[in-house]
Amino acid sequence: MTGNTGIFRSGATLAVIAAICTALVAATYQLTVDRIAANEKTRLERSLQPALAGVSYDGSVSESRLVLSPPHGLPGSEAALVYRVYAGNNPAAALFVVTARDGYSGPIRLLLGIDSDGSITGLRILEHRETPGLGDKIEAGRSDWVRQFDGRSLANPAVGDWALKIDGGDFDQLTGASITPRAVINAVRDTLIYFDTHRDELFSSPATGEQP
Amino acid sequence: MMSDRLVERLQNGLWRENPGLVQLLGLCPLLAVTTTLVNGLGLGIATMLVLTLSNAMVAAARRWILPEIRVPIYVLIIASLVTCIELIFKAWFPALDRSLGIFIPLIVTNCAIVARAEIFASRNPIGPSIMDGIGMGAGFALLLMAIGAFRELVGQASILSRLDMLTGGDPLTLLSFADNGFLLAVLPPGAFFSLALAVALKNAVDSKRKGKVRGPAAQHQRPVRSQP
Repeated sequence: MTGNTGIFRSGATLAVIAAICTALVAATYQLTVDRIAANEKTRLERSLQPALAGVSYDGSVSESRLVLSPPHGLPGSEAALVYRVYAGNNPAAALFVVTARDGYSGPIRLLLGIDSDGSITGLRILEHRETPGLGDKIEAGRSDWVRQFDGRSLANPAVGDWALKIDGGDFDQLTGASITPRAVINAVRDTLIYFDTHRDELFSSPATGEQP
Repeated sequence: MMSDRLVERLQNGLWRENPGLVQLLGLCPLLAVTTTLVNGLGLGIATMLVLTLSNAMVAAARRWILPEIRVPIYVLIIASLVTCIELIFKAWFPALDRSLGIFIPLIVTNCAIVARAEIFASRNPIGPSIMDGIGMGAGFALLLMAIGAFRELVGQASILSRLDMLTGGDPLTLLSFADNGFLLAVLPPGAFFSLALAVALKNAVDSKRKGKVRGPAAQHQRPVRSQP
């Protein structure tokens, strides 16, 4: 009998404390949920800004998100994200989040902004695992390498010249790293080609729901 | 006197049984996040809050906690408190939350917290338990800040950089002395060296004091238990 009451007492104590703890977490969640969502949104908007240099647009960037699940024809085998921005009702620019799969050590996640004429408004590296000190110079904070893409388009240079100078192309190399910049250049070129062929449907598609 | 005991709890946590310097508990976050003073301060405050609140809750519930279910109850209390703190950080200090990353949720695994619940709060009334939590938490936080400041100063030649993560507003680059520091200090080995220096410093101060004041103060050297 005493053994049984012990078990029931333990169970009841655990249940009461679990209920108190759950209430505590639930209350905190209620208190913070809106702020956290707002923070996430601000952060996303801010992180997209560098790829929108010189583009004037209305409204919010993050609400116009389009999720393209593979196969989508863009670089990378993961879902690609496209944020569209508009000036009035006219397309202003599209931001692509795509993956270059052939980096030196794993995939490289890129953010590429293209204005409605097909010129690049900014390129940033979102995620990579390239060698520190060599391949990581693709980060905007570490070298100016990514800035040479600003204003480029499929006509500037011609599609055949989208390569490093050592490969006979038009883009500066990075000392000690050639695989990394090649992967970035190819992914950017392929995204430009995709934009060129899918422009109208990209800007007219409805946004894809809420954040995943 | 009651207040003497409370003050003693504080001193105990800050110096005599400092969780980081003497008990060597919670070393994983201590070594990992102390790359800057602000990082150390952020995790220090979070740990102190969790420690104080968990001590208070365990002490309040201690009459009803049977010995055989005490550990699940500690885990439950600590885990909920850490979840709350994490949500609060995400809501009010998002930049700091990203900078500390996984080490905020990992406060759950800081053995200093469960150790205080088991050793102190489960056997003492709420008042002393709260003081114990504040003392231990402040001891841990001050150590995190000291090591963070030292590594930031040596490694990046700056101090209080990214204070904006706590206060909001524009990024501050306060008091930057040089462009480059001694990089090793912010890398993992620098964490071990800094902690070793801090422990050595504490032992040196203690043995110097022991030399001056022969007597009961000398006998607080306790065996060092090290845990991850």
